[in-house]
Amino acid sequence: MNQLWKMDPNIKKTKNSADSANYPEAIQSPSQFPDEVLEKVLSMLHSHKDRSSVSLVCKDWYNAERWSRTKIFIGNCYSVSPEIVARRFPRIKSVTLKGKPRFSDFNLVPQNWGANIHDWLVMFAKVYPLLEELRLKRMTVSDESLEFLAMSFPGFKALSLLSCDGFSSDGLKSIATHCKKLTEMDIQENGIDDISGSWLSAFPDNFTSLEILNFASLNSEVSFDALERLVSRCKSLKVLKVNKGIGLDQLQRLLVRAPQLMELGTGSFQQELMSHHCVELENAFRNCKNLQILAGLWDASYIYLHVLYPACSSLTFLNLSYATLRSDEFTKLIAHCPNLRCLWVLDTVEDKGLEAVGSCCPLLEEIRVFPAHPFDQDMNHGVTESGFLAVSHGCRKLHYVLYFCQQMTNAAVATIVQNCPDFTHFRLCIMNPGQPDYLTDEPMDEAFGAVVKTCTKLQRLAVSGLLTDLTFEYIGKYAKNLETLSVAFAGRSDWGMQCVLGGCPKLRKLEIRDCPFGNAALLSGLKKYESMRSLWMSACNVTMNGCRLLAKEMPRLNVEVMKDEEDDSHVDKVYVYRSVAGPRRDAPPFVLTL
Amino acid sequence: MSPPQEQYYIGLSEASSVERNSDKISSSSSSSSNICPEDEGNNALNLKETELRLGLPGSQSPERKAGHGVSLFGKDLEEKTSGFKSCVSGAKRGFSDAIDGSGKWDLRMKVSSDVSFGKTEVLFSPGGGKDGASKNINTLQSCLPGLPGKEAGAPPAAKPVEEKNTSSAKDHGSSPASKAQVVGWPPIRSFRKNTLATNLSKNSDAEAKSGPSCLYVKVSMDGAPYLRKVDLKTYCNYAELSSALEKMFSCFTIGQCTSNGLSEQEGLNERGLKDLLHDSEHVLTYEDKDGDWMLVGDVPWEMFICSCKRLRIMRGSEAIGLAPRAMQKFKNQS
Repeated sequence: MNQLWKMDPNIKKTKNSADSANYPEAIQSPSQFPDEVLEKVLSMLHSHKDRSSVSLVCKDWYNAERWSRTKIFIGNCYSVSPEIVARRFPRIKSVTLKGKPRFSDFNLVPQNWGANIHDWLVMFAKVYPLLEELRLKRMTVSDESLEFLAMSFPGFKALSLLSCDGFSSDGLKSIATHCKKLTEMDIQENGIDDISGSWLSAFPDNFTSLEILNFASLNSEVSFDALERLVSRCKSLKVLKVNKGIGLDQLQRLLVRAPQLMELGTGSFQQELMSHHCVELENAFRNCKNLQILAGLWDASYIYLHVLYPACSSLTFLNLSYATLRSDEFTKLIAHCPNLRCLWVLDTVEDKGLEAVGSCCPLLEEIRVFPAHPFDQDMNHGVTESGFLAVSHGCRKLHYVLYFCQQMTNAAVATIVQNCPDFTHFRLCIMNPGQPDYLTDEPMDEAFGAVVKTCTKLQRLAVSGLLTDLTFEYIGKYAKNLETLSVAFAGRSDWGMQCVLGGCPKLRKLEIRDCPFGNAALLSGLKKYESMRSLWMSACNVTMNGCRLLAKEMPRLNVEVMKDEEDDSHVDKVYVYRSVAGPRRDAPPFVLTL
Repeated sequence: MSPPQEQYYIGLSEASSVERNSDKISSSSSSSSNICPEDEGNNALNLKETELRLGLPGSQSPERKAGHGVSLFGKDLEEKTSGFKSCVSGAKRGFSDAIDGSGKWDLRMKVSSDVSFGKTEVLFSPGGGKDGASKNINTLQSCLPGLPGKEAGAPPAAKPVEEKNTSSAKDHGSSPASKAQVVGWPPIRSFRKNTLATNLSKNSDAEAKSGPSCLYVKVSMDGAPYLRKVDLKTYCNYAELSSALEKMFSCFTIGQCTSNGLSEQEGLNERGLKDLLHDSEHVLTYEDKDGDWMLVGDVPWEMFICSCKRLRIMRGSEAIGLAPRAMQKFKNQS
């Protein structure tokens, strides 16, 4: 849990009763260790959760921890303010910030909602001039902010932007130009203005420190010449993910310059190649002895996949989620990848392809199956319950699944979790909202009931299909380790949500859309929300009165409402989160903080 | 509260949402004609509208009302000549080539490749208990003719979940006329959605794809509002390519052709490229691997398709002095 929000330096808390027996002595006598030693010891702690726990032991430990912490993780940028962070932690080198609610990825959050990085950067420039790493997810970042970043932190090393918006390739140019010690530039899936690929050419000729470069999701073509020279001179390059503009022959030249790569994202895989080029490319892959992760493969044409075979046996993560391979094509490829731990595919591989996965990849731990035709209701496409069953049968170590399918049955899911009881992340998306078990016509309650009963380690769950309140009774009762729950088009009444809020002791994030949960459900979680990161409800039955009541009863929660256009009392979207920073000052006009 | 929910799903009257759809085309047509009135207050829609109307697979052009159709080209569909008809059918062919049976993909291709595409979609969030009329309503979903599979009655609406789900449960064997597209569902990030749309437009028919890859290149024409794509592998020589391009783009040059007395585009002929493109002062050029713009026709066909990255039908005024030579070379080739 993120204890960041309990910021009072005068806190004297004990972890447990055993400590309290020793506690009085700790107050009276000086610390058993000099501060420096304590700090040194604590500096070896890396997990956020451990550090949070440590900071609660006593005041000395709190101080030692805050002085020794160099990495900070803020799961909700509005839960705390830059000032508070700066006050508590004087020596931060690495910041991870997450902004908008997750449903913003699916266009459920309007533009200009907030989560702007700039004020944070201004504070960091003042307090953390030695900042080295910035990792942002779902934040708004402008080109000005990127330029400010590039100019303010001379030792800046790593920039990672995932699902962010507000900047353009010009901002990237600033980073490339000014960050002389840059080791990482990881730009993923952002909604940005891709003006030109000239940013890549902005890396100076004497710049050699790059280790991670990911521009796969940028559309503009970069200068291949500049890229090739960059790759040549950055001898420590471990991760290279290029965009679609890079063709196969160019890929070969890059691989020849960087055989030490551990992670590769190819460019387009569809170009016409003469046969001797194919041989050269295959050799290039053969020479990449450290390659563990392979992605990209845009428009992968089956006829060139064989060039990958020499590298396949050492692969642990294969991302084919942009390659529309058919089952026979995919089966031939996957047969070469026995050591796969993680696989992302498109459902064009169909159940047969997944059967091959079950046979060929016994070590598989994570599988994600994305839909190639998400809006096409044609049942002849994609994967069904049999594919999932086949994978569960062959891959007993499976613990992470994201599965988009057209149909599912309760029985199949029950068998799947029998095969793989160690699921920590179970995200099932039956794409037609409210669809029942297609064989029995019953709700999918028993499927998710089986999941939560059998998978005791379950941390993350996404439900779908026709679900009554019974599903949520199961979840509330059995999902003791559940931290994140995503619900859409499910439930019958307030009771469902009440069950979840009344159970699930470790729940941190709850996101709900299009469910018949109203004020009674919302208010049943009054006490719980302070122990959670956030709650999102959209297109439910919550009204302004309910939200006002919640805000009134729980002053340490921010209750932000986006109202329904026509109906003044009805609430379209409500976002509730705990915060020590009070209501946010940058809320746009359509967001009402109650 | 329940009945209005169903109106969120454009084109679905209550009756059609419940009954089995044996006649998919008629229901898709009726739903497509519903697009117009409900399509309000959304920027950038007009172009989309006309694009939708251009040859959605399975939809029938005669159903299009005058004035709603391809006014893009200043011509009423009803008045089209046979040549124009071939343009429309050509457009349909192109569209249905490009799309796997769904008008939605078509739209995605046409709208800018801006990754924030999601915001330009006309989608709505089916909230509970509201009159849907004033909400932005999906114009994308309507035309999915010929789709077997689930009945479209399955709705996401919060309140009437129960009765709707049971009805959809019963009807799940029947086929939907159309399915409303819900904002943010299925939950896939915009980047992935956009990328897949582009991918699928290239690899049109997964089943037909076998052997060597296709060679889709963009074809632009100066002054035309949107580009097309052709698979160079489907042609054997320049003549075939030029006649195909003529068919594809003749609708854009109807104005000029008419004034030149060439309103009747009867099928293909050798003079195709020259007549249409040359007479209306257009020249066919292509961008090669080095990024240079070259005149089409200089090199052998096989070499051409290996090096051609995209095609552009240039105005003759920009290709001064080249056109006559193009004709010459073209004659020599064929």
